[in-house]
Amino acid sequence: MSPSVCLQEMIRVIRGARTQGEERGVIQRECAAIRAQFRQADSGGRSHNLAKLLYVHMLGYPAHFGQMECVRLIASSKYSEKRIGYLGAMMLLDEKQDASLLITNSIKNDLSHSSQHVQSLALCTLACMGSAEMCRDLAPEIERLLKASNSYIKKKAALCAVHIVRKIPELGEMFTPSAHSLLSEKNHGVLHGAVILITELCERNPDNLKQFRKSVPELVQIMKNLVTSGYSPEHNVAGISDPFLQVRILRLLRILGRNNDAASDAMNDLLAQVATNTDSSKTAGSAVLYETVLTIMDIRSESGLRVLAVNILGRFLLNNDRNIRYISMTSLQKIVQTDHTAVQRHRGTIVDCLKDQDASVKRRALELSLALVSAANIRSMMKELLLFLSTCPPELRSHAASGIFNAAERYAPSQRWHIDTILHVLVTAGGDVRDETVPNLIQLITAASELHCYTVHKLYRALISDIVQQSLVQVACWCIGEYGDLLLKGECEEITPMQVTEDDVLDALETVLQSHMSTPTSRGFALTAIMKLSTRITNNVDRIRSVVSIYGSCIDVELQQRAVEYNALFKKYDHMRYFTMSYCTVILEFGCRSRLSLVLGGRGLKAEHVSIIFDCKDNVYLYWFLLQSVQLQMKAPSGDLIPAQGCGTVTQTVLLSYTNKANLKMRVRLSYSSQGTACQDMVQIDSFPSPAWS
Amino acid sequence: MRFLLLFNRQGRLRLQKWFIPLSNREKNKIISEMTLTVLARPPKACSFLQWRDLKIVYRRYASLFFCCGLEDQDNELLTLELLQRYVELLDQYFGNVCELDIIFNFDKAYFILDEFIMGGEIQETSRLCLARHMEEADAFQETVDEYEKNPTY
Repeated sequence: MSPSVCLQEMIRVIRGARTQGEERGVIQRECAAIRAQFRQADSGGRSHNLAKLLYVHMLGYPAHFGQMECVRLIASSKYSEKRIGYLGAMMLLDEKQDASLLITNSIKNDLSHSSQHVQSLALCTLACMGSAEMCRDLAPEIERLLKASNSYIKKKAALCAVHIVRKIPELGEMFTPSAHSLLSEKNHGVLHGAVILITELCERNPDNLKQFRKSVPELVQIMKNLVTSGYSPEHNVAGISDPFLQVRILRLLRILGRNNDAASDAMNDLLAQVATNTDSSKTAGSAVLYETVLTIMDIRSESGLRVLAVNILGRFLLNNDRNIRYISMTSLQKIVQTDHTAVQRHRGTIVDCLKDQDASVKRRALELSLALVSAANIRSMMKELLLFLSTCPPELRSHAASGIFNAAERYAPSQRWHIDTILHVLVTAGGDVRDETVPNLIQLITAASELHCYTVHKLYRALISDIVQQSLVQVACWCIGEYGDLLLKGECEEITPMQVTEDDVLDALETVLQSHMSTPTSRGFALTAIMKLSTRITNNVDRIRSVVSIYGSCIDVELQQRAVEYNALFKKYDHMRYFTMSYCTVILEFGCRSRLSLVLGGRGLKAEHVSIIFDCKDNVYLYWFLLQSVQLQMKAPSGDLIPAQGCGTVTQTVLLSYTNKANLKMRVRLSYSSQGTACQDMVQIDSFPSPAWS
Repeated sequence: MRFLLLFNRQGRLRLQKWFIPLSNREKNKIISEMTLTVLARPPKACSFLQWRDLKIVYRRYASLFFCCGLEDQDNELLTLELLQRYVELLDQYFGNVCELDIIFNFDKAYFILDEFIMGGEIQETSRLCLARHMEEADAFQETVDEYEKNPTY
């Protein structure tokens, strides 16, 4: 292919390539030819070659060897070459490249060129990729151009000044006087640039803010003219006169009115006028209204105006256009803390948006709904949220579940409602809840002593219908182990009675043990529950004994260890077993989020058998623990490392004997090292709901 | 505005404009993530999404996706109008613009963009002015080229 082929032809050839390899071949040949051309001094098809290179660059191929060519072309006197050279500079050079500094001089010359088109190229390039040094060098030129007589140049110079101020905020002082005078321009382009420049100056420097507050009346007037002016074909978009300029002015007014009563007062009427008169049937009008609402909420506006703004957002919620609904919820989210009652009025519509098809809208609706939950509406809101949870997209599930838990904890009208709600969440989305949910729920159930019967029945029913949700399985197993006797009695006030035999219960627990869906933690819970039931049932102790001994050779080390210990209880301490596995499961919390489950026994000859099982969240090395006021005999702990994330437990058996008939008090001091640091924790247990001691 | 990207349904980039300095690696990363995210959206979905700390506004016109990355204070609804305006300008210039026009005349597409937006902000809000400026610049180029080809001396 001839090296002087034009751009169009090369593009055609590249697009005609059938495979990636073929394309690469074509491009490599072309680039080689272009490189050779660049090395030659002649100026024949230079701009074409650079254009070809830029196309290749856009496809993702390296084009850095074109950088110097850009510099050369920019310095050329031909307009067509300058044009492509500047485009190349914007595409290939950025402020990090050394070559970019080389074009500073060309830009400087071009800024004073006789043709406005050349000046425009230079301004555009400077605003696009000008580095801090370049900006510093050329700032005086830009300042001069701001005062030019040509509006075409003035508007570009204004935006160039914006770029300079962003790069070097201190240079803002240079532009402040010109910026002020530009506000009296009639040309919309210049006005637009001026407003952006003033916005940038005010955001960077609070002194500028004070100074430009004096321009508020002027801005208000410009805005009024725009709103009340007749149809102008140049600037009209869907019935709104120059929405771009209107939005920028509103944004500037927001910055000027923030935290300032005088400025806010001055713009009050205007904002009310815009809010009421703008037609929001098309996007342009909605954009202006949206900006107006943001401004009203951010300045010191009077309450009537704020209510007007929230109502606009409420109207947006009912709009057919999904984008507008999304925007409205984003804005409501920002103001829900400060204007809670106003937003509450639109709660119904927001809750309806939970059912929207679009994932972005659903997410916003969820966040807003959670923010609107209060003691007054908790029951109805929770119904909606639970319904949402069952149909929501998977990426929102865990957020929704944790939001529901928080809301339930803060506003639960009754303990039973609270437990029901948590159960519902576990059934629907048990896989997406956080790890603390299981011990939290256990704690809640323990505390609600009058609901033990109800809870264990409910959990049993949930367990027999489905064992996929591990957190639910774990809580259910624990509960059945603990309150199994209430389950077997069969009667319960708040729930329809169901006859449950010992075999049914053991079947259910064994299913959990054997199912491949159960995690090791769940299996641990199930095994412990089975063991605990050995003291609460009468007919199937042998079955339990055999299950326990089977698991004594289980592959899972954790399970095996537990089974072996329980086996030991059967064999050596059978007379203790009843008391060991009786009612007392006390859950204590240590500082590092570990949980200490005490399963302790009641009477016995003269000994108390204490088995302490640690389920910890972090790695914990057990050194020792002390008991007060009793004689103790401590057996070796089953291990000295508790793996993290509740993946394992360590059991230490303590035999203690005391003759004092007073209540057993126990103080446990735990010394451990977690993640390299030594820690200590102490817990005292004063009361055990235990049977009378002998 | 931080960036403006144009790509088609196959993920081929047709135009890229960056308003902040980024390394090539970062640019490529953003391009691939934007392409993946936007192309994965269902057809009737909301035009706005949150990505890292930016608001992304996108819209599909025929076979091309126009995608912008906005900062926090930028007005998303107005950006939709901005994209609409750019497409109208392209349409006016090329006459019934299609993707091929932008492929074969990408330099012109860039010039139009550079007349419309500078430094991430709109520089001209009047359609007529913009069209006129493009014509004048092209005419200027042709005049100079003609002059160069046929010197009078």
